[in-house]
Amino acid sequence: MADTLFLISGGIAVLALFVAAVRFFRGPTSVDRVIAFDVLTIISISLIAIIAHTAVRVIYLDVAIVYGLLSFLGVIIVAKYLERGL
Amino acid sequence: MEILPIIGGLVTLFGSLFLLLGALGIVRMPDSYNRIQTGTKATTLGTLMFLLGVGINNPVWFPKLIVLILFIIFTNPVSSHVLARSAHSIGIKLTEVTVVDKLKDTRGEEIDA
Repeated sequence: MADTLFLISGGIAVLALFVAAVRFFRGPTSVDRVIAFDVLTIISISLIAIIAHTAVRVIYLDVAIVYGLLSFLGVIIVAKYLERGL
Repeated sequence: MEILPIIGGLVTLFGSLFLLLGALGIVRMPDSYNRIQTGTKATTLGTLMFLLGVGINNPVWFPKLIVLILFIIFTNPVSSHVLARSAHSIGIKLTEVTVVDKLKDTRGEEIDA
């Protein structure tokens, strides 16, 4: 029962990934693409947590932490670059 | 039949609905600032509920999950704020229905002594 709920929510998260990719490819400005990239990485962190639950491996959560750190740094650096500060 | 894993699964299901709403919001909203707003708030709540649901099902993992939750809570608003400020400073247009732009109002005026 609980595994079925996890499977359904993982499927909805993958659907959200595709919906956010629409804005990533269509966005008129680069700020829109960066927003879509941020949303894609956040959804991917959730999916990594689900994979860690399914595979019963706690080490995957470390992957999620490092992925979130890299996403944060990427968004900050791209914003700084757009502002002509880099 | 235990009740606790089912509660965790339901929390995760609600979190995935919030993620879907946030992803729909960045497609449907009219300008970049509204997209930043919906893409940050809804997906932050969705991810927190996801991690909470995983933690309810695996209580041994709670310390690492709490580190991840605190990290997301602290960094996600910061990145959206930096992105919105740089978007305003390079002149991304607002929608026509925007009522007030306080950052633009304070930039050009002289300060009364």
